[in-house]
Amino acid sequence: MSPSAGGRATSAPIMGRDAEPTLFELSAPGRRAASFRTTGVPEWTPAELVPGEHLRGDPAPIAEVSERDLVAHFTRLSHRQYSVDLGAYPLGSCTMKYNPKLCDDAASLPGLTDVHPAAPAPLTQGWMELLAQLEEALCRITGMHAATLQPPAGAAGELTGLLLMRAWHEEHGNPRRKVVIPDSAHGTNPASVTLGGYETVTVPSDRRGLVDVAALRERLDDDVAGIMLTNPNTLGLFEEDIAEIAAAVHEVGGLLYYDGANLNAILGVTRPGDMGFDIVHMNLHKTFAVPHGGGGPGAGPVAVSERLAPYLPGPRPVVGDDGAYRWETPPKSIGRVHSWHGNALALARAYSYILANGGDGLRRVAEAAVLNANWLRTRLRGIYDLPYDRPAMHEFVASTSTLKKGKGLRALDVAKRLLEEGFHAPTVYFPLIVDEALMIEPTETESLQTLEALGDALERIAGGDAEDARHAPRTTPVRRVDEARAARQLIPTWDARE
Amino acid sequence: MGHYVPHTDAEIAGMLRFLGMSSLDELFASVPEALRLAAGLDMADGLSEPDTLDAMERLAERNRRAGRELVCFAGGGAYDHEVPATVRRVAFRSEFVTAYTPYQPEVAQGVLQALFEYQTLLCRLTGMEVANASLYDGASACVEAVNLAVAATGRQTVLLSDGVNPNWRQVLETFAAGTGHDYVRCQIANGVTRWPDDAQPAALLVQYPNHVGCLEDLAAARQLADNAGALLLVAFDPVAAGLLHSPGHFGADVVVGEGQPFGTPMSFGGPYLGLFACKRDHVRRVPGRLVGETVDADGRRAYVTTLRTREQDIRREKASSNVCTNQTLIAVACAVQLAWLGTDGLRELALRCARGTRYTRDALLAMDGVDPLSDAPVFREFAVTTPVPGDVVVERMAEEGFLAGVPLGDEYGERGLLISVTERRTRDEIDAFVGAFEKVIR
Repeated sequence: MSPSAGGRATSAPIMGRDAEPTLFELSAPGRRAASFRTTGVPEWTPAELVPGEHLRGDPAPIAEVSERDLVAHFTRLSHRQYSVDLGAYPLGSCTMKYNPKLCDDAASLPGLTDVHPAAPAPLTQGWMELLAQLEEALCRITGMHAATLQPPAGAAGELTGLLLMRAWHEEHGNPRRKVVIPDSAHGTNPASVTLGGYETVTVPSDRRGLVDVAALRERLDDDVAGIMLTNPNTLGLFEEDIAEIAAAVHEVGGLLYYDGANLNAILGVTRPGDMGFDIVHMNLHKTFAVPHGGGGPGAGPVAVSERLAPYLPGPRPVVGDDGAYRWETPPKSIGRVHSWHGNALALARAYSYILANGGDGLRRVAEAAVLNANWLRTRLRGIYDLPYDRPAMHEFVASTSTLKKGKGLRALDVAKRLLEEGFHAPTVYFPLIVDEALMIEPTETESLQTLEALGDALERIAGGDAEDARHAPRTTPVRRVDEARAARQLIPTWDARE
Repeated sequence: MGHYVPHTDAEIAGMLRFLGMSSLDELFASVPEALRLAAGLDMADGLSEPDTLDAMERLAERNRRAGRELVCFAGGGAYDHEVPATVRRVAFRSEFVTAYTPYQPEVAQGVLQALFEYQTLLCRLTGMEVANASLYDGASACVEAVNLAVAATGRQTVLLSDGVNPNWRQVLETFAAGTGHDYVRCQIANGVTRWPDDAQPAALLVQYPNHVGCLEDLAAARQLADNAGALLLVAFDPVAAGLLHSPGHFGADVVVGEGQPFGTPMSFGGPYLGLFACKRDHVRRVPGRLVGETVDADGRRAYVTTLRTREQDIRREKASSNVCTNQTLIAVACAVQLAWLGTDGLRELALRCARGTRYTRDALLAMDGVDPLSDAPVFREFAVTTPVPGDVVVERMAEEGFLAGVPLGDEYGERGLLISVTERRTRDEIDAFVGAFEKVIR
């Protein structure tokens, strides 16, 4: 296809190259930025307020900078940081889509930000209605019956789900001992299984890249509490045998847990509830445009089928016949999983995103996400290995296996070269079952022109000199960092330096 | 409506041709027919941007926000502190907001260095040597501290002070269902924890100042921990560190806390910031991400996430924690606010909170029928009992234009009220609060 209208937007690197001193180097004794309200409160001395054995002698040393220097410091740091607002971020499994700015404004409304979480329900009806409506919207999207918004991240949602599983089984005999997960699963799955008090049993993927159903059947018995599945899975493939898997797990009394990491692919197309899942967590910071914040905060609500609703964490917002909301803890609740009501402002962002997109817009999100992934997969055919070369969903996994054998080009080198080309790198070396994996998820918000530029860059890199690629990146704020040294000579703070 | 999908109809048609497909439905051929939503989602169609914001504003208007119309004296783990313009403008730059976890350090030095500075600041506040790059909230930080202590000692029992925030204790109990940890509840008497002296626990978990505002005897807790070969876990208030000794001064092994007071509005409870710091001996058991300094290929200073083999994506079922997404952006905001405060400003902040608290407490305790929950020294919040229960006081005070506090549960004896005074409260506001209080408790 020839690029015509739409231009060729690449995010050519325009990032700060000069090192930035730390706050502690910028500090000069006696400088300060802080100012406080005039209150007229009597000015007792510290000794008059705090008993001597508790009173600190010298103040805790922080940093002493002017407001101007502070602003310049963090602004310069921000120029040494790649972000979605700068350019494409095809990081597989992370759904780094553009986050609409209206959601920033929605989550900044003073009527949402300036509310104490312990304020009595009559004073917080707007928040409670918002949360209840979000619960309902998420249930409609996933085909589930009820939800909790408390888990503050995906991994927290997983652990919440596993504790729901445990509570269910405990009430129906015994908690059981094992949870099955595929070999392509995210690392949080087995880590959460351990914290849920279960043992991980791994089920292999078959040659199609899907759960090996025969192998799964061998592992199922009445000691299996459930299975955790991501669908589409981390190879970007839809688990076509999901109905058969669900029947087999349910037959031994197990429950199905849906890891919502890849929910973006199926919005409005199909629902976990219809597939037979009992427990679903969603990553609102992936699917519903809560920005990732350099690593968080996110939100990981959990929705369940009707039979599990009595076990959900509480309290939950419930509406009465008079239209007033009140807090209610479900009768068999596993208990609280967050200090308050979850990452509330992240929940408000997600709710505004859902309102803006609506049922029709969410379906369009999935369509464009899947279209983009398949376009790029097809574009790269013959250039990179495609170990599972069949129609993918929102992401696909390529490999440099042949390029590595042929000329020594590794997935890591491709990733670092791509940074030079002005794109963020894909996820590399995951899933673990693919050699030299490049896991690519363009998301629905990247234009065709961006995909073309990304495809061209990846083709250029594959055709380039492998030895040269080992020296990449050279145009970024820093070059490859010495990770081994960081671990061997640990410097976790400025004060830990020699 | 799909306002955020850039494709034109012509582009979609061209892309489908490239794939040898004739419709978007074909993209989903691998989804069995029986599972497909024939009629789409049972939801309203999308709204325009102004319509969406109108809908959100209508919800927001149904809350009574803290401010001049509802002056906030509530604390208990969420505080009405000033968030300076600098924090709002700088920490929420879109480069920080829309970045992912720094897996490619060459293009993530901004977030990495900000986290390195945050870790340094947190260690200076706590008196610890290592801090992680954040956890979800105060509750999750407590959970992770206990997990560390259990792994370090091989013991399952933890002495849990009733002075720890009740919501956090509920979260600890919830997660104990999976880990099998056993909590021994230690009641508070006259404001401070009474520890059993015959236990062999993995750890003691105590809050400083505690949930009813009182200053616990950390030296005694340290002594008890030493006698039992246990770890001392302290949930601290980072604002208190401006005036009080750090938990490290008293020999804490792990210090956790709620970072909301620095840079985060009350936000109906989230996103907040789980503070986690510990002694260097425990660095290989630290949960979540940790940033370290190193050099790049040219020998220049650089930052990177380190000791990665602790983490779930590498260690899987043997990881030190399952945490992946954390609260990085809130940690950056915390660092900006701490730097804005500076050494002198942090001390002044703490002092102003303590002064307002003293002024308010003296005035309330002078009233007939208002009694302190204990005589133990307090710092920035305090508990009282009144002739009517705390929740009734809160309800009546809301009519007078005040969020009077957080009602205390029965576990603290009579149904009291926890009152918190931040640096934002003026003498006039406090005087008006006291006047209204006198009226509503009868």
